[in-house]
Amino acid sequence: MADTENTKTRGEFAEIIYHLVRDPLGCTGFVIVTAFVFIALFADFIVPYDPIGLNIKDRLQGPSAAHLMGTDQLGRDTLSRVMMGSRVALQVALPTIGGAMFIGILLGMIAGFGSRTVDNAIVLFFDTIRSFPTVMFALAVVALVGPSLTTVIFVIMMTSIPTYGRVVRTQTLSLRNSEFILAERSLGASVARILGVHILPNVMGPLAVLAAMDIPTVIGLEAGLSFLGMGVKPPTPSWGSILNDGYSLIRNTPWIIVAGGIPLILTTLGFTFLGEALRDVVDPKLRGTK
Amino acid sequence: MGTDILTIRDMSIHYDTPRGTLKALRHVNVNVPKGKIIGVVGESGCGKSTLISSIIRLLAPNADMASGSITFDGKELYDLSEDEMRGLRGTDISMVFQDPMQTHNPVLTIGRQMTDIQYRDDKTAEQKKARAVEMLTQVGIPDPEARLEQYPHEFSGGMRQRIAIAMALMARPKLLIADEPTTALDATLEVQIIKRLEELQADIGCSILFISHHLGVIAELCDEVVVMYAGEVVEQGSVREVFHSPQHPYTKALLECDPGHIKKKTRNLPTIPGEIPNLVDVPPGCAFAARCPRVFDECHTKRPAWTQIKDGQHALCHLAAKESVQ
Repeated sequence: MADTENTKTRGEFAEIIYHLVRDPLGCTGFVIVTAFVFIALFADFIVPYDPIGLNIKDRLQGPSAAHLMGTDQLGRDTLSRVMMGSRVALQVALPTIGGAMFIGILLGMIAGFGSRTVDNAIVLFFDTIRSFPTVMFALAVVALVGPSLTTVIFVIMMTSIPTYGRVVRTQTLSLRNSEFILAERSLGASVARILGVHILPNVMGPLAVLAAMDIPTVIGLEAGLSFLGMGVKPPTPSWGSILNDGYSLIRNTPWIIVAGGIPLILTTLGFTFLGEALRDVVDPKLRGTK
Repeated sequence: MGTDILTIRDMSIHYDTPRGTLKALRHVNVNVPKGKIIGVVGESGCGKSTLISSIIRLLAPNADMASGSITFDGKELYDLSEDEMRGLRGTDISMVFQDPMQTHNPVLTIGRQMTDIQYRDDKTAEQKKARAVEMLTQVGIPDPEARLEQYPHEFSGGMRQRIAIAMALMARPKLLIADEPTTALDATLEVQIIKRLEELQADIGCSILFISHHLGVIAELCDEVVVMYAGEVVEQGSVREVFHSPQHPYTKALLECDPGHIKKKTRNLPTIPGEIPNLVDVPPGCAFAARCPRVFDECHTKRPAWTQIKDGQHALCHLAAKESVQ
């Protein structure tokens, strides 16, 4: 279908990016998110020190020219650990959001377009999942299979499915009886075509916004689970485990907890700004009105 | 009957509602001859929309076809499988809807929608695009190449309706169903759209089933007219015959109420006294009996028969039946 795509001056995707960076809020979000992704991808090459290399001589230092964010109790450079930690954050955020979105779209569309029985069954499934507190669910799964990043990803993905599924279901329900869907059906479009070509693009806008806003939640959850010792295993640095270290060393130095908190706050802000700006940009009707 | 593209015989459609069975269409007869434009008039709630949905087989889930048959191009529509029926939609039977502001997907460009609906054709993307441009030119959209890249909200209502017509006629259908295509437009645009439809119809040679409230438009555009009242087709005939010598009292009353026919200045526009019958509990006789100025005993007890008055003109009335016998 890509060959029928916009052939104007730029494609649909470029159009969105173009309008996004013209909005000050969107631009800020875009820069932060790009920086985050860049650091996560190339952490190996840009870290000033080995993030797991010990240097007991220089332990528990404050910020200095040599160690911009200081060092921890084992003399590891906190900045390097924070940079490496962004990789864990991205590793968790991408598959969870991607997986939850995919399953959510699938189930949401089936619920929204299917019969009432199917709809009820899927909504019941969503409500069941939502009734578990994420952390409790995570504790139970960790108790069963042991702590690992995969467990964290699986738990967060499972608990995020209803968020997307419900939005997709509501949108599909409201669209299925709209006149343009009837018009498409009267011109011979099949159910698959209606869902894939006509309803999906209508759903993707709100979903992209939701995903952008959900990423910080997911990163926060991962940090929280790692903080509780259910996520990544030491010495792998993650923002949550850095916070955990900082918490136990807060009487010795405050810098570790600050260093672990800053990227968390920044990415949260960045993705939230991006989500806010995306909302105005993904709808062709609102695009360029600001 | 070989000259009819669409024949509806004795069709009844019932809706299952919490208040009981709503008899939306009762023993309806309509034929659409090949290459002709048939107008359908009737007040709101008389079953026009149900009639259309039944032809295109997109009835609401609580609807049930209680009796009758629809024959399209020699095929019994209700014997076809869902896939076969979908194959007909958009190729042999197409449809244009009432509200042009609602008939296009708001997040896809017009070009994307027009090429996508050609998915059945074995053509390259370029050919499909060329076909879309050709259709837009035919319906009178200036600069169609550039317009393909635009979204529906960038078009005016009149243009959107023309695009809807272009999409419906893309596959050169044998029957176009137009559900009040001009009701949402202003009078000037209405004339333009009607003219365009006439030209396209002459070019493609399709039949059109044209639903409208506007008697003037029907008189202008159509060859034949079907008059509906409370779920029944009460009269069908050529526009000339029906408008000049209406046989059914309802048709007469309807024509008298048309503001276009009133010559004298008046404060009170004419109306038909009374109300339409309850379709859940339909009276046994003629549906119009309670409001008919020429009602007699038989009207309340016996359902009138679909009577041929003269060649091509039918009415559903005891009076017409009597007079034609005499």
